Amino acid sequence: MKKIILLGIIFTNLQAIAQTELDGIFLNKKLLCVGAVYSRMQWQQYWEGNFKRENLNLGKVSANSIAVNANYGLTNSINLLANAQYVATKASAGQLAGLQGLQDLAMHTKWSFYKTTIKAGTLNCIAIAGFSLPLSNYTPDLMPLSIGLKSKTATARVMVDYQKNKWFATLSGSYAYRGNVTLDRNTYYTSTLRYTNKVEMPNVTTLNIRAGYRSSSWVIEAFANQMNSLSGFDITKNNMPFVSNKMNATTTGLHFKYIPASLNGLEVVADGITTIYGRNVGQNTGISAGIFYLMNVAKKKKTK
Amino acid sequence: MKNILAILCTAFLLASCKKDIVDTVANYTLLNPTRPDANAGTWAPILLTRPDEFACTAPIPTNSPDYVLQINEIKSYQKNITAEQKKIINYWGAGAVLRWNEIMRNLVAKHNIPPYQNEDGSYPIPQAANPLAYPTFPFSNPPYAARAYAYLSTAQYDACVAAYHYKALYNRAAPFIVDASIQTLLPKSPLPSYPSEDATVLGASVAILKLLFPGDQDFINQMADEHKLARMLSGCNTRSDLDAGEALGKMVASKFVARARGDRAGAAVGTPAIWAALEANTAATGQIPWISLETPKRPSMLPLFGKVRTFLFDSLTMVTNIRPAAPPSTSSAQFATELAEVLNFSKNLTRTQLQIAHYWADGINTYTPPGHWNYIASTAFVKQNFSEARWARNMALLNMGLMDAAVACWDAKYTYFNPRPSQVNTTIKTVTGVPNFPAYISGHSSFSGAAASILSYIIPANANTFNAMASEASISRLYAAIHYRSDCEVGLVTGKKVATYAIAKGRADGAE
Repeated sequence: MKKIILLGIIFTNLQAIAQTELDGIFLNKKLLCVGAVYSRMQWQQYWEGNFKRENLNLGKVSANSIAVNANYGLTNSINLLANAQYVATKASAGQLAGLQGLQDLAMHTKWSFYKTTIKAGTLNCIAIAGFSLPLSNYTPDLMPLSIGLKSKTATARVMVDYQKNKWFATLSGSYAYRGNVTLDRNTYYTSTLRYTNKVEMPNVTTLNIRAGYRSSSWVIEAFANQMNSLSGFDITKNNMPFVSNKMNATTTGLHFKYIPASLNGLEVVADGITTIYGRNVGQNTGISAGIFYLMNVAKKKKTK
Repeated sequence: MKNILAILCTAFLLASCKKDIVDTVANYTLLNPTRPDANAGTWAPILLTRPDEFACTAPIPTNSPDYVLQINEIKSYQKNITAEQKKIINYWGAGAVLRWNEIMRNLVAKHNIPPYQNEDGSYPIPQAANPLAYPTFPFSNPPYAARAYAYLSTAQYDACVAAYHYKALYNRAAPFIVDASIQTLLPKSPLPSYPSEDATVLGASVAILKLLFPGDQDFINQMADEHKLARMLSGCNTRSDLDAGEALGKMVASKFVARARGDRAGAAVGTPAIWAALEANTAATGQIPWISLETPKRPSMLPLFGKVRTFLFDSLTMVTNIRPAAPPSTSSAQFATELAEVLNFSKNLTRTQLQIAHYWADGINTYTPPGHWNYIASTAFVKQNFSEARWARNMALLNMGLMDAAVACWDAKYTYFNPRPSQVNTTIKTVTGVPNFPAYISGHSSFSGAAASILSYIIPANANTFNAMASEASISRLYAAIHYRSDCEVGLVTGKKVATYAIAKGRADGAE
């Protein structure tokens, strides 16, 4: 459950502060987990193509967001996930106004299609598919202050999760197809002047690796994520970023989840993330914290 | 399980809306003039003293062996026309003035990016003599662009007048008339084909483009070669039609190149002493002087552009008849009211107002507001089925108006040197970059007032549309919180004043 994709702020996609379709955890049938996550991302330096710089007319660019998340166990091996968020951006210097609004709705189906035991550990093979679409008519054309890229996306991910005792490792890779984006203006420049308000977006692949300790009351893990745009162009020197730039990022971070036994159904999560390398993205660092509640929706039927 | 797969497949299909994007300019219809304007050689040129100021030698006769060779050259090209070549034929078939105007818009957009600062916080200035070194030359900001479009269009127009003069004089038939076995892949022009008006426009355009975008000569040459090949492939011109036209166009353009080199634009950047004096002189009048809001502070954009030589009136006329009265004093109640209005838009902008602000912003890395009006004009002209000569004449009127509006606007900006709203009230945040020059009068409004009036003269039936566009472009700057209402309103009026001179020129040029 609980996913945060902060598209807007970085002029890009920063995966996964909390966790989500990126983990190998499944809810059992009829369990529903809902919650909210607050996060704050910010950067001062960014990569203009491969050139790392700051912009004194932006200062620190930050995005605060609140995401609501839900994860439902359709069966023990199929989970449905949904998330939506409200984002507000701000630049600490210069005159550009921050923007705010409802960003995107993302929905995923997570399917554990093969499970086996290897060397006393459990190997779980998982397929994940989902889509996202904008929830409001925000503009993607005021980078880096837009709250998102406003592209409709469809994502497929394959994942292998291995757990032995309380230790685990998860490896996954995804391919995201991104639909065209519509701008408020009728021309724009990529490597030539285009006379249309439609922008072809780069599709994106990611590779995600995470490993750590996972028990019934604690999850402590480290993760790294590599995002690559399969097309797109570099920000030209001293130009503004654009929605279809080639945005790549290598990020890493830590994720914690605590499930106190004394408080039935409550979960608390916290994340920290940092960007090691990027191209046409901000060097984001961020923190997030969230609270979730796990309930059994089957119980209600029984009480009838 | 099947249901889930079905849902996912549907999601994929929804997201995978077709990615192919077709540019509007790719769909323009082929040039097929309602009126051929065979008499355009008699229209009044702009810089030429006479239509035959530059010589164009008599063509070889169509029964000469050399001409037969040229006919066979066309046939050899036409033997195996590829789909790609057909695309090229149709691209150029939409019109030479149109396509070379688009090529300039492309270069303007490419180069419309302000230079990155030096280590010490100063800013480098692009150098025409070394265009490929950073900062690449030019920085085609709105004044630079307005002037560039004007030189392109006026040179194209005079080149057309000269070409049409010689067409009528020599009256050599088109290749498809001389030899009926030649395929004609574009609408057949009833005009004599020597010299080719396409090539004359090309020759003039190449010369102006190379002057103004000297680092892009490879691209310019490539487009010129493609254009000439398209004309032969289409069966509309022989090589001698093209050679004569191109040579004539280049000679005509030489007059415009000479004018451009001496029009004072080269000195428009100013000097540190001039920049300091602007601030001191304004402060001495008791007004708040403009200061750059960029960090590090960037010298104001082209402070002496208001001194550039105009096309439509002299510098005295500009001061006496066109320069607007002073803006509201920065200590006046009206100023405070207008500032409060800007703050209000900054805090309470609707989504529609944001859309309008961005639609007309035409900022960094775009073809600029003059380019936007060239696009608006082109889109309207395509539907009018103008001849090349009339296209050139109308674009020349438009772009002389836009350039002179730029000069008049810059004259006002640096006469009054008043601050942007965000300078006076730092809580005013904007939804587009704050331009790095004084506020009064709004450039967008000046350009739009001039363009809408001139286009309404050319196509009266569209006047309401053009004027509505101008009003929206003007007010978009208030929505963006970078201009006061006075800047926008007086800008529109000033642009319209400039337009009256362009319209008077149009009325007198013999083309009506």
